[in-house]
Amino acid sequence: MHIPDGFLDSKTAVATGLLAATGLGVALRQARLHLPPRRVPLLGLAAAFVFAAQMINFPVAGGTSGHLVGGVLAAVLLGPSAAAIVMSAVLIVQCLMFADGGISALGANIFNMGVVGTVGGWAIYYGVSRTVKGLFGCVLAATFAAWCSTVMAAIACAGELATSRTVGWWVALPAMAGIHMLIGLGEGLVTALVLAAIARARPELLQPDAATGPVRSCGVVVVYGVLIALGLALFASPFASSWPDGLDKTAEVLGFKQKAVGPIVPVPVRDYRIAGIHWSVLGTSIAGAAGTLVVFALAWSLARVLVPGAKADNETSPRQAP
Amino acid sequence: MRHDFLDRYSRLHSPIHRLPAVLKLAAALAVVLTVVLLPPSRVVLLGAVSASLLAIAWLSRIPWRFLVRRVILLEPFVLGAAMLALFQPGGWRLFLFLVAKCTLCLLGMVLLSNTTTFSDLLRLLKAARVPALLVTTLSLMYRYLFVLVDETQRMKRARLSRTFTPQRTWAWHTMATVVSQLFIRTSERAERIYAAMCARGWR
Repeated sequence: MHIPDGFLDSKTAVATGLLAATGLGVALRQARLHLPPRRVPLLGLAAAFVFAAQMINFPVAGGTSGHLVGGVLAAVLLGPSAAAIVMSAVLIVQCLMFADGGISALGANIFNMGVVGTVGGWAIYYGVSRTVKGLFGCVLAATFAAWCSTVMAAIACAGELATSRTVGWWVALPAMAGIHMLIGLGEGLVTALVLAAIARARPELLQPDAATGPVRSCGVVVVYGVLIALGLALFASPFASSWPDGLDKTAEVLGFKQKAVGPIVPVPVRDYRIAGIHWSVLGTSIAGAAGTLVVFALAWSLARVLVPGAKADNETSPRQAP
Repeated sequence: MRHDFLDRYSRLHSPIHRLPAVLKLAAALAVVLTVVLLPPSRVVLLGAVSASLLAIAWLSRIPWRFLVRRVILLEPFVLGAAMLALFQPGGWRLFLFLVAKCTLCLLGMVLLSNTTTFSDLLRLLKAARVPALLVTTLSLMYRYLFVLVDETQRMKRARLSRTFTPQRTWAWHTMATVVSQLFIRTSERAERIYAAMCARGWR
């Protein structure tokens, strides 16, 4: 999902750069205020861990293999702000040292995987693990959140590609979202297996208060929420409506439209619409909702398998007495 | 210890390696921006940029085979994303143009990362007033990347030496256990590093 150089036009690159810088800035401020100094080295080490874990290949059918992305895993283990810093560090190193993900698309990659994928995934994790308690709830929530985070990051990525006029909406969205709905299954499964293994070996590392404790300040939640909503509104709104795309509108309002460099390649996207678009939106939404429910059910049964005796544990709250 | 793929040639001695890091980063950014913002009518400029990149590659004495292999290794991502462009009318020209542009950008960034040490880049970030916590995280990450990659490879070797027949049904379970062990060791190492840093006067 790393966007290479040359796929984003200038306005998208600048907008995602601003969004990513704000998100990373909030995460850094949050860490400076609330992270105990004892855990500062862990940030760097955790980034190296995510990098090393991404190199472990999980065999998939037909000789291909996939790897963990680890945003939700990091968020569950370290908390959302620390995880956003960790994932951003991984992306920066991948870009500067390995040319994996372009430097002009660094903002977009950090926004997709470090902010939407990690903080957004953590929000889903938080919601689910508040309703379903215990280790069972933790594994269930992490599995579901890992799948959602992969799909959300893919949708944001497709939105950016489409907004740059590189690829049409009706090509980018089904292709990216469809493929990553499958990839997300693997991500969810690996996240669940890793968390269950950590809970078996060192249960105290699954820090309940770092990840699911009461949110200390509403301001951060609001800022993260506004950032993700803004990103979705800018890049994903053309999918849901036929309004002029959000960024164009913003550019017009702010008056820098004339200065913005035009589309690199004139692609006939604006007028390229499939007939019966309303049906398509409805159909896609229904399919997406059904898929999400199926994944939730799968996550539920996986968590049941991985955390045996979940019913008995629910009453005794295994986190306090592992 | 087979992690020399990380930034193998960034410590060579050549005229390019001796240039200040600011200059190299600025040049790489300039190349990427020029190529990215290039309209499709100016294909000649692409040729000029590629000629200068090839000259830099020749001056930097990085082996050609390494450069070619690195760019080819990264190419699947580019092809995958560019493939989406094929599905629209007249997409193949866009496809070729995208692939050419991305390959040039890749070459530029690969040259940057193999002619400049990461600590020089970090120094630049620090000078550019990037928040200290991010710079600390990045430098710790770079320092321990090699250690953790090495640890992963040792665990892999240990596993291979103990399992004679790889059981495909349990493969994911085993891998996930390896990842979880890696995290446990990482967090223990982080505690030790913190103690050592405090002992040496880190505030």
